[in-house]
Order: sequence, then C-alpha cells, then structure tokens
Amino acid sequence: MDLNNIEKLIEKYNSAETTLQEEAELKAYFKSNNVAPHLEHYKPMFLFFSESKKEQYTKDVPLNTKKTKLYQWISVAAVAVLMLGFFIPNWSNEPKTLADYTPEEQELYLETKQTLSLISKNLNKGLLGMNALDMTGENLNMGLEKASYITVFGDTTNKLLKN
Amino acid sequence: MKQADFVSLVMPFKDKVFRLAKRLLVSREEAEDATQEILLKLWKNSKKIGDYKNVEAFSMTMTKNFCLDRLKSKQAQNLKIVHSNYTDNNSSLQKQVEAKDSIDWVSKIMEDLPEQQKIIVQLRDIEEYDYAEIAKMLDMNETAIRVNLSRARKTIREKLTSTHQHGLK
Repeated sequence: MDLNNIEKLIEKYNSAETTLQEEAELKAYFKSNNVAPHLEHYKPMFLFFSESKKEQYTKDVPLNTKKTKLYQWISVAAVAVLMLGFFIPNWSNEPKTLADYTPEEQELYLETKQTLSLISKNLNKGLLGMNALDMTGENLNMGLEKASYITVFGDTTNKLLKN
Repeated sequence: MKQADFVSLVMPFKDKVFRLAKRLLVSREEAEDATQEILLKLWKNSKKIGDYKNVEAFSMTMTKNFCLDRLKSKQAQNLKIVHSNYTDNNSSLQKQVEAKDSIDWVSKIMEDLPEQQKIIVQLRDIEEYDYAEIAKMLDMNETAIRVNLSRARKTIREKLTSTHQHGLK
C-alpha cells in the first residue's frame, strides 16, 4: 500500500470518518515492520489496539443455580418428616380392650393385677399399724400438756413458800 | 434454555465484555468479577433472553452500566487498584521491549481519557463495532460518537507524539 493512501486514511481516521475496513488496513500497515518514519508515532497506538483484542476471559463461571433450589426442597422435606414424626405416635394410640390380646397375655395381665393388689393390701395393713403409733403419739402429747400444768402448779407453790 | 445453549450464546462475546470491563475498571481481578457478575445476570434471565434482538449489544450496555456504577462506588471509597498485564507480540527482543513499553504507554494514556471516550475507543478501535451498533449500545447518536471518538484519538495522538519527541515524562 502506498504512503499517500495511508496518509489520507490517517487523516480520515483522525476525524473518525474511516470505515471498519479502512481501519483494518491501517492496523495491518502499522503491524508491518516498514512504517514510514514520520508516521512511527502512530505505531504503538494501532499495535495496542490489536494487542488488546487478544486478551481473554479465562475464569469459569459457575452456572449452578439449580443446586440451591434442590437444597431448599430438601429442607422442606426434612421439616415435613419431623412433623410427621411428632404426629404419627398420636394416631396409633387408639383405645384397646382386654379382648384384643391373646389368652396368655390376658392371664399374665390378671396375675400381675392380683400380685399388685396383694402388695397394696399388705401396705394398707402396715398403715393400720402406723395408725396405732399415731394414737400413742397423741396420748404422749396429752400427757406432756398435763405435765406442764404440774410445773405451773409447782411455780405457784414455790412463790407461796417464799412469802 | 439449557446451560449448553447459554454457553454457546455467550461464548462469542464474553471476552469483549471482559475487555470493556477491564478498560473501565483497570484491574484484572475487578474486571473478572464484573464479567462473572454480568454473565450470571444473563443466566438468571436466560428465559427472557429470546426477547432481546441483540444479546451482545444488550450485554455490552449492561457491562458499561455495571462498570460505571462500580467506579462511582469506588470513587466514593477513594480506592484505586492499578494492575496491567499484557501478552507479548512477536518481534525481536529489543523491538518487543520497546513496543511493550509504548503499548503500556498507550494504555496509560487511555486510562486518563474521560469514561465516555474510553468506552467509545474500546468499542470502535479494539472491538471493531460499527457506528450503528455503538450508538445502540450507548444510547447516543452517531455524530456524537464520531465527535467523541475523534477527540479521543486526537488526545492519544498528541500525547504519543509528545512522548515520542521528548521521551517519557
């Protein structure tokens, strides 16, 4: 490409009237090693432009937006399971009669009932014995009261004796 | 829309989003975060993506707005992260070092441009969009874009010539 043409192009370029194709020509010209000396100072500018275009974005972009949604649903499910855990035992507490059990279980039930009632009866007997102790305690208290009368009586007799 | 469809839709312009973000935010890490944010936003709205006529232009507009918001909040915090790393070009070592120096210099000049001009230079000279597309992305008319672009090019050119003649400041 002849110098005249390049100079014209540069003039156009400076007033921002060049087309993209003409700019590409300029870039190609300044990339070559035989640039006219009086145009040398344009070189870094065009080199910079073509150099800058080579820079690339190398980082990965995480596009996993779906994962977070899944986590949300897992937490919802966990809460639901927990709630069920609280309610299910209450459902199974339906009233059961003695007739629902097998004969052996019924027998066992009756036996334990009998032994428990025996124990309670004996305990009651013991309680009666304790009642007797209670009564003696009361009598003792009464005796103590009477004894205090005696001391009061004694005090007055002492007074009389001093007089 | 499935993940694979989305990736193949986004693939062609994700680098452009990243480069625009980097032009505006300067730091590579910041730009990566911004790009990730933009792509995730697109993914979240992937059901509506079919309604947009031009997903790429839409994403570039989104990137621009997002980065400008970021810059605003960062200016309030008075925080500035500067970081630049560039790939090398294929000439001899001496030339390579020189070229890298002046390329770095151009990127520094670009950092000083007003944001609007930065975006326009990025979209036009680096990403090579045509004026109609840029006008749509930035919601400006084409003449205003041309005016801004020629101003930006003039600034870059003047700063470059001055350093070329007097050496680095």
